[in-house]
Amino acid sequence: MSKLDAVQLQLLREVADLHEIPEGAYNLRANGTSVGRRSTEHIEIIPKENGSGIDIRIQPGTKNESVHIPVVLSQSGLSETVYNDFYIGEDSDVLIVAGCGIDNCGKQDSQHDGIHRFFVGKNAKIRYVEKHYGSGDGEGKRILNPVTEIYMEENSTAELEMVQIKGVDSTNRTTIAQLGAGAKLNVRERLMTHGEQVAGSVYKVDLNGDGSSADVVSRSVARDKSYQKLDLCISGNAACSGHTECDSIIMDQGRILAVPSLEAKSVDAALVHEAAIGKIAGDQLIKLMTLGLTEAEAEEQIIGGFLK
Amino acid sequence: MLEIRNLTYTAENDGDPFGIIHGIDLTVPDGRFVVITGPNGGGKSTLAKLISGIYRPTSGQILLDGEDITEMSITERARNGIGFAFQQPVRFKGLTVLDLLRIAAGKSLSVSDACQYLSEVGLCAKDYINREVNASLSGGELKRIEIATVLARNVKLAVFDEPEAGIDLWSFQNLIRIFEGMRKSMEHRTILVISHQERILNIADEIIVLADGVVTKQGPREEVLPAISGAKFAEDVCQKLV
Repeated sequence: MSKLDAVQLQLLREVADLHEIPEGAYNLRANGTSVGRRSTEHIEIIPKENGSGIDIRIQPGTKNESVHIPVVLSQSGLSETVYNDFYIGEDSDVLIVAGCGIDNCGKQDSQHDGIHRFFVGKNAKIRYVEKHYGSGDGEGKRILNPVTEIYMEENSTAELEMVQIKGVDSTNRTTIAQLGAGAKLNVRERLMTHGEQVAGSVYKVDLNGDGSSADVVSRSVARDKSYQKLDLCISGNAACSGHTECDSIIMDQGRILAVPSLEAKSVDAALVHEAAIGKIAGDQLIKLMTLGLTEAEAEEQIIGGFLK
Repeated sequence: MLEIRNLTYTAENDGDPFGIIHGIDLTVPDGRFVVITGPNGGGKSTLAKLISGIYRPTSGQILLDGEDITEMSITERARNGIGFAFQQPVRFKGLTVLDLLRIAAGKSLSVSDACQYLSEVGLCAKDYINREVNASLSGGELKRIEIATVLARNVKLAVFDEPEAGIDLWSFQNLIRIFEGMRKSMEHRTILVISHQERILNIADEIIVLADGVVTKQGPREEVLPAISGAKFAEDVCQKLV
């Protein structure tokens, strides 16, 4: 941590709630290079030979351990693509915290594209938390294009919490999941855009095994003149169940295109989708104002609750 | 003291002016329990919304403790001690019962304090404190939470718009006990309730009958209640449930 400056430490707090070196395995990346790494008895972090990223190998049966791999960028004009592969052994139960914070005070664009692949073994359980955050008042854009691929073996479980609340000018988020028999995927995405930001979020979930299930829920808020495209698709290829939902609040001159979609290739696939876009209801504002909040405070409370 | 002077409210109906409140004058002294009753469409809820600032009057004045609040916003009136319980409670995705009670209290409310407000409205606190105030709650549950948000505020004028509507599974006696508790906890607090129900009329200090946007009767319960008893709008809640 001593190698990080104040801006980088602030970014680290925003994306990973880290105030000090985390317990367990970790890899800290700052301005394109690794500034700290620790493997543990059960979790090994190995740099890829070509330097393009890291492999994280979690031994079978690893329980109640965590891996933190946050990235911070504070140098304007830096652009990088990083490939991180997670191999999660059978019967393990782990927390993985990723996330990227960009502070751009310069004129050039800063970009981080993290490509994360998860190979989740039989009966393994992961909770993956990914937060993206941008700050800085430079003209250069803050760009994040994360790709998340999850390959889930029999009876494995993955909970994904994907959060991007502030400061990212442009993002194209892609999440691909393939589920084997009995596997369960639970996704909670929270997205807020403001200013002239543009965000795209694509989910392509394939339920390939009998008894597999997915629940993919995106809640988003588009403020100012920002634009969002939410494209959530679940394919049911076996006796499975899937639910996808886009729930959005639109404000100011924001624009949102929500495209939840379903594809069934098995008569035993039970699939449901929902989508709703609307402004903050006037009676919600009025109720909170009768409790003593100003209109702006009421708006913040409603959005804060919605994105919680 | 709440004073209403020559208050009028005209809405629009297909572009045409449509009068709802026609020059009402009212004075409600501190520490009174006042029930406003009358036939549907008579302007009761509109008057409650004019007092809390949700509607702006077309003309006239509203004074609270001598201060003219006619031009005050909803927020300013709330901060001046007016509480309002909606007839149709509002749902919120994401905000929990605890969040709402904390906003109402305007301070960091401990969980045990929040639980006390819920217990007062007959809800088992541990089952509700972390529930979202969303469509998963029934109309009756929302109604009780709505009442709890007013309890959590230390208001000098509490306005309840048909508080009994939707709480049919909860005993009426509890609602009355809440009103009594509110009076005891602040001697000068005024409670203004919009209601049709005789059981609520029965505990009023004063009854105001509003019909066609004007006050047709006003006075102590002992005088007004016999005159309106049996009127179509004054229903016995038990008869209604049957």
